[in-house]
Amino acid sequence: MASFLIFLVIVLGIAAIVQVIRVFEISNFLQGEDGISVSPRETNSLRISLVLFVAGFFAFFIYLWVAYKQYFLPESASEHGAAIDTLLNFNFLIITIVFVITHILLAYFSYRYANTVSPKATFVTHNNKLELIWTSAPAVVLAIIIIYGLTTWNSAMLDTPDDSINIELYARQFDWTARYAGEDNVLGKSNYLMISATNPLGIINETKLKERLSEMDAEAAELEASRAEVYPGGKTDMEILDKIALKKKQKGRLEQMYAQGENEDYSVADDDILTKVEFHIPVGKPVNFQIRSQDVIHSAFMPHFRAQMNAVPGMITNFYFTPIITTDEMRKKVGDPNFNYLLLCNKICGTAHYNMQMNIIVESEADYQKWLSEQKKFFVAGTN
Amino acid sequence: MSGHSEPFITKYLFSHDHKMISRQFLITGTIMAFIGMIMSLLFRLQLAWPGESFSILNVFLGDKWAPGGVLDPNMYLALVTIHGTIMVFFLLTAGLSGTFANLLIPLQIGARDMASGFLNMLSYWFFFGSSVVMIASLFVESGPAAGGWTVYPPLSAVPEAMPGSGAGMTLWLVSMSLFIISSLLGGLNYIVTIINLRTKGMNMTRLPLTVWALFVTAIIGVLSFPVLFAAALLLIFDRSFGTSFYLSDIYIAGEALDRTGGSPLLYHHLFWFLGHPEVYIIILPAFGIASEVISCNARKPIFGYRAMIGSILAIGFLSFIVWGHHMYVSGMNPFIGSVFVFTTLLIAIPSAVKAFNYLTTLWKGSIRFTPAMMFAIAMVSTFITGGVTGIILADAALDINLHDTYFVVAHFHIVMGLSAVMAMFAGVYHWFPKMWGRMLNKKLGYLHFWITFICAYGVFFPQHFQGLAGVPRRYYTYSEFPLFDGLQDISILVTLFAIVGGLAQFIFAFNFVYSMFRGPRAPQNPWGANSLEWTTPVEHIHGNWVGDLPVVHRWAYDYSKPGKEHDFVPQTVPLEEGEVDGEGH
Repeated sequence: MASFLIFLVIVLGIAAIVQVIRVFEISNFLQGEDGISVSPRETNSLRISLVLFVAGFFAFFIYLWVAYKQYFLPESASEHGAAIDTLLNFNFLIITIVFVITHILLAYFSYRYANTVSPKATFVTHNNKLELIWTSAPAVVLAIIIIYGLTTWNSAMLDTPDDSINIELYARQFDWTARYAGEDNVLGKSNYLMISATNPLGIINETKLKERLSEMDAEAAELEASRAEVYPGGKTDMEILDKIALKKKQKGRLEQMYAQGENEDYSVADDDILTKVEFHIPVGKPVNFQIRSQDVIHSAFMPHFRAQMNAVPGMITNFYFTPIITTDEMRKKVGDPNFNYLLLCNKICGTAHYNMQMNIIVESEADYQKWLSEQKKFFVAGTN
Repeated sequence: MSGHSEPFITKYLFSHDHKMISRQFLITGTIMAFIGMIMSLLFRLQLAWPGESFSILNVFLGDKWAPGGVLDPNMYLALVTIHGTIMVFFLLTAGLSGTFANLLIPLQIGARDMASGFLNMLSYWFFFGSSVVMIASLFVESGPAAGGWTVYPPLSAVPEAMPGSGAGMTLWLVSMSLFIISSLLGGLNYIVTIINLRTKGMNMTRLPLTVWALFVTAIIGVLSFPVLFAAALLLIFDRSFGTSFYLSDIYIAGEALDRTGGSPLLYHHLFWFLGHPEVYIIILPAFGIASEVISCNARKPIFGYRAMIGSILAIGFLSFIVWGHHMYVSGMNPFIGSVFVFTTLLIAIPSAVKAFNYLTTLWKGSIRFTPAMMFAIAMVSTFITGGVTGIILADAALDINLHDTYFVVAHFHIVMGLSAVMAMFAGVYHWFPKMWGRMLNKKLGYLHFWITFICAYGVFFPQHFQGLAGVPRRYYTYSEFPLFDGLQDISILVTLFAIVGGLAQFIFAFNFVYSMFRGPRAPQNPWGANSLEWTTPVEHIHGNWVGDLPVVHRWAYDYSKPGKEHDFVPQTVPLEEGEVDGEGH
């Protein structure tokens, strides 16, 4: 039925266009329309329409601003974010002025110099003074924007404070995990070869490493056993053999890592804490996020804190900020008792990219410490 | 000159004639554009009414990708990806440059054809092949490429990462490789033609701005497309031959992959080394067309001709050193980001000069509002509206929070997409008589213009406000985030404008096809223009001019020159005693 309706609409649409064209044809014939000359009547209606359009455009702009300002992000919940917001307002002021003036000129010139009211054009090719002005004026304004912008950028991005709390944000298809460094404020080392069902982030400590090595042997043995069920030397068999070889190679790489890192203190991982669904941070203290990914590029986007950094497999990226407004305070400010700060994924990462989120709770230092002490340490909470 | 006795195959299919090749590019590009546009309408339905059933989705996508008429999340991403690819490359690169470079370069410089008609033909057929492969990729069982038009690895490199990274992605890469070859063959030809085949008297300082713009576009393309080719090649290696250029330490689908030492950031750099110049490959021809159309219809010389050339060259140069502004939060060293902030904001200066020059060309003119002129005025408007938000996004500190939100979507669609599309329409309405020897229907042109212009802003302008609310792009639905509930109205508004604007394009298609065969016959110089293309006969002939090539005596912008009989003086008219040429006034 629905398809039939669509078909009907298309047929009627085409019929309508054909009729419109025929009417045009007849009127063209009667008026001697050649597709070239624009009549004074058309010109006048077009120049007025352009002015109305620009007026309507401004009205649309103001309407959207008034109607949707309430949904803009609330004031920044981080220290550097306040500076970013001021910079944004400054830039907006400048570009709005440019936008409005140029559009008024565009509408005015179209209206004033249409050939019905300006039958003869003036032969002007250039004007050095004018051109100098409108080259140097933007240059000066842009110089200010550049200097102001770079100052803000540098203070937000460079020089992570030494006393920051280290938290890892770990992305994978399609969820986030936050890892706290524990009392020592040092995050344990990790390696993607360590990842297993019981160790989703691939964190290394001495016991876990040995366990993983024997686990790899077991996996290889299991693969070896599965060969009995396939045709020897066939395609599947060759694939299994490849997998066994890879497993051995990867085990070798882990062993090599262990051998080379004899001075490495793997015990720093022992007090690491993992959380999902939500993570807490204390107000007023710099937090340094070390961001990692398990599989593809993700992006840790925390819009209320004006914070974003990609999570890139194979490297650790970082972003630090100091939260200045607690969740409770922000709930009062926005008048929504259910409001929560969010961590979202903001780099296309696959099917469920649209739903990869974590709540962020900002609270007082005391509440934060209390919450943290209630969390289980990963290597205690885990299977071992 | 024996156009009529030529066999069908060499005349219409494997033609060496630049005018025919131009028409081939225009028609292929337009068909691709309609496909890309319909895709955008399909995913806009999902964005406005998430999870709702639409039988039209089922009609287009079938039970696999729209079961019960509800769009599948993977197909949503695929539609977004292919829409972007088609619009950026197939419409606005090949469709725009291919059409107007082929049509205008020989005609406006006074050449009988391109330097190599054969390479020119190859350029079109590589483009055609590339289009066919891209369309074919839509029918692959696991779906077309779906990692976004930038196809960042590892998402695009590892087939386990998403369904679209299987055979669909392979075809995407094959298609793009063919596309790059087409672009290089075309670009080299344009450069060689402009340098070597200008007719007597056609100095570089007398070239119409269209040719200048197309010249610099071709140079940018020839220098940057090979880098994308390298990026694509390495991606093919990573996908098919087990190399690790872009891959390191990946654990996916329960397996630790045997890839170490590569970096996804390498791909970012290679991709955007083309990717940013690419937006100027798109916008420079649009500038050229707008200059020509505005000057001709304001009956006034383009204001600041030399400054316009200077801006085109400056933009061309700067476009190569700004790519990092796509990578402020990619994990690249923030200090390098600072350098790119500086270079990116510099590019605003020549862009501002161009905008002011367009405005001043209208000032004290005698404007004739042909449909082409309306679209050119619209182009000036969209270029300014979209351009100013670029100043915000260029600022790395502001990009932190706006990166990959709808603010970016609004910005680039307006400044690059709309501006280039508006200019392309201006070009088609202006040069249709040259291409087909007939006139387009003017009233339908105005109808098409107003619906398109209003809907274009209706679609993209509100998206700024979604961006300021922090709404990320490329989300299948926002219903998982109560935070964004209040903005759903904007999504619906945008979709409604998109549907109306989309339907308006059928008015254009109808006008185009109808006028091709039944439009009023075009006179030789319908717009009273100065440039050389209007001195050729209306009926296309090989070699363009009957008899000798025209000789050029003046620049192309002597409109309303004092003391002349008409308000235009074609470039072939000799200078009078004591008359000054060009800007030297």
